[in-house]
Amino acid sequence: MAQEDTNVIDQLEVLKPRMVSVEISGKKYEVPEGITVIKALWYTGQEVVRGAGCLGGFCGACATYYRTKDDPKVRTCLACQTAVQDGMSFTIMPPFPARKALYDIQTLKDPKQDLFNLYPEAPLCRNCNACTEACPQKIDVREGVWKAVFGDFKSVSEMFMDCVMCGMCVPVCIADIAPNLVALYVSRAQGAHFTEKPLGLYTRIKEIQDGRFDDEWKKILKMNEKELADHCAAVK
Amino acid sequence: MDIHALQQIVHKTRDARRKETFPKFSPADRDQLIHKYHPDYRESAYRPIRFGPNADEKTVVELATLLEGDSPITDDVDLTPHYTTDVLVVGGGGAGCAAALRAHGAGAKVILATKLRLGDSNSVMAQGGMQISVAPEDSPVTHFIDTLKGGHMQNDHDLLKVMVEEGPSIAKWLIELGVLFDRQADGNLHVKKGGGSSKPRLLTCSDYTGLEIMRVLKDEVLNQKIQLLEFCAAVELLSDDNGHCTGAIFKDLDNHRFVVVAAKSVILATGGIGRLHIQGFPTSNHYGATGDGLCLSYRMGAKLTHIDTFQYHPSGAVYPEQLIGALVTEGIRSEGGHLVNAKGERFVNELDTRDVVSSSIIRECEEGRGIRTMSGRVGVWLDIPLLDAEHGPGTVEKHFPAMKLQFERFGIDISKDPVLIYPTLHYQNGGVKIDTNSETNVMNLFVAGEASGGLHGRNRLMGNSLLDLMVYGKRSGLTAASRVGSMDQGKLTVQHLQRFRAEAKKHGNLSGVTSPMILPAYTRKE
Repeated sequence: MAQEDTNVIDQLEVLKPRMVSVEISGKKYEVPEGITVIKALWYTGQEVVRGAGCLGGFCGACATYYRTKDDPKVRTCLACQTAVQDGMSFTIMPPFPARKALYDIQTLKDPKQDLFNLYPEAPLCRNCNACTEACPQKIDVREGVWKAVFGDFKSVSEMFMDCVMCGMCVPVCIADIAPNLVALYVSRAQGAHFTEKPLGLYTRIKEIQDGRFDDEWKKILKMNEKELADHCAAVK
Repeated sequence: MDIHALQQIVHKTRDARRKETFPKFSPADRDQLIHKYHPDYRESAYRPIRFGPNADEKTVVELATLLEGDSPITDDVDLTPHYTTDVLVVGGGGAGCAAALRAHGAGAKVILATKLRLGDSNSVMAQGGMQISVAPEDSPVTHFIDTLKGGHMQNDHDLLKVMVEEGPSIAKWLIELGVLFDRQADGNLHVKKGGGSSKPRLLTCSDYTGLEIMRVLKDEVLNQKIQLLEFCAAVELLSDDNGHCTGAIFKDLDNHRFVVVAAKSVILATGGIGRLHIQGFPTSNHYGATGDGLCLSYRMGAKLTHIDTFQYHPSGAVYPEQLIGALVTEGIRSEGGHLVNAKGERFVNELDTRDVVSSSIIRECEEGRGIRTMSGRVGVWLDIPLLDAEHGPGTVEKHFPAMKLQFERFGIDISKDPVLIYPTLHYQNGGVKIDTNSETNVMNLFVAGEASGGLHGRNRLMGNSLLDLMVYGKRSGLTAASRVGSMDQGKLTVQHLQRFRAEAKKHGNLSGVTSPMILPAYTRKE
């Protein structure tokens, strides 16, 4: 019946529903083809507390290592954003013990120099590129680390806007750099210290403090329901 | 049919559609549309709450059942505190982080507890931006008016005035912490126009606004060494003999033990409710959005408001299956993306408020002008390639990198092909009733962010949530901190629970479920 309707999208998983074999943290299961990795965990009866967050690809909680059938290459993904396929094996990455430097972003004296005190390992990058290959957000992480070291904070902040802090760049680093944390520091420093002051914003704050809108407020807050509704309707 | 064949109608009609303008509906037409098609008006989905502060008021069945649910805590529970603090913040999203940072900044000892990790929240997913009236031609008053209109005039005026007036100072605070808002060439903040707004007012960090703000706030919470209790779910509040709030009981999700925290005040920043899947809707919400704060407050005697109204975001993905419920950001429509039915026609002004746009999509689908998937879902097209046609190639990639990547993972290039969308459960418009200090009618119990109600009326305007979190997170944190010096830690009891249970008995007992839910039951049992 559905096939006769012209406005129906074909879906392989419905046309040919089938089960596929996957290996979850070393144990074999059969799950429906095409469901996400995180759904495969639920499907196989596992309670998920760690390893799930926003379920929308933004929070990085479900960082996962996986390998596809017959391919020796271990890849990374976000479990909520990746469909399972036959022969896939995967493990959700446990929290990795990366060192986060502590700093007071507002009182930094020389943020570009401070980078080397906070993250002295940052300049020790040996260019292996493993971090870039590990990034599920396709950020050129290695390039970012170098740009940070050379003080190009602006580029780093732009490159890492996509970073979901999943931390998968960390365990692969042979120089023990935590590139996501380095980039976070650099981005915050860029925002707090090297970005132009938004003068219009300061003007608006002052206007509010000086009561520039007080008359308008008085007028509006005095209105009865009907008057207010009419006033609102007039604003296009 | 093959999806590409079905998409042809969108490509074919694009040039003709670009020339036409679709007027907004008249107020009468809007009302009629919403009453007929918006899920808030589906009578059968609602029932009155039998007892408690909102007795006899209607809400959706899923929520009523939880509100009438029982606590996992028994009367003989050992209330010797494991931790003692000045301010206890429950929830690690935008409102929770803001509250913790502000209270800490004002000198209070703070504990932030969250049932998942610090930062796991809906806030991190906010893509559309944050409404703050910074443009010269805009004003807080206009922001107020736009929000009232969006909220069907039901917004709490005092809460709303405070929010729009404090907006600009919030932007300043975030910039000083290092948040990278998009800028104009002259260094001023770039503003985008959002649905239902008369002026461009959305501050953005490309389409990662929530993520960028949360990366920074989380980092700041860690830098300030605020004490964290992660993977600890609040299951009950504590009260003294006067019924004032004095702390909370948590369940440690690792070892399943109860953890008692004594606090001079408690700030619930527990977020929304999407994972209750009200009326069977898919949701854009995070894993933990199960309305826990509502249940906790309700048992404590806090009044809820506007809990019969929810926001269904117009554009939740319907295809591919893996992305069901995930948001296709409103920004696409802000930049001119059309909604198109199976006949290749537009049917609504895409920049109307969310409830109107959602209702119109449901109408198209119910009247047979939707596109169906074989798994039984239905939707309409969102013409995203139009943006590249209108503003030049590369626009989609440049302005919506998150969106593009999300679909690319499933082999769909949104800059070339339209996507199929249908409303998804997105936001709880109401919540626990608060005053301008973010405090409930229960002394020393504060609620901030999505869990609170009143500010947004019956429909939240896009971009107002991020601001709500920052403003009321701040006010709750500062008010709670200001009381620390002049008060002693109150007694820890569960008397409110005994009262609640006694009242339930009079009305034919509790609903039989244990609340709060903590996490949705997705694990297959058989």
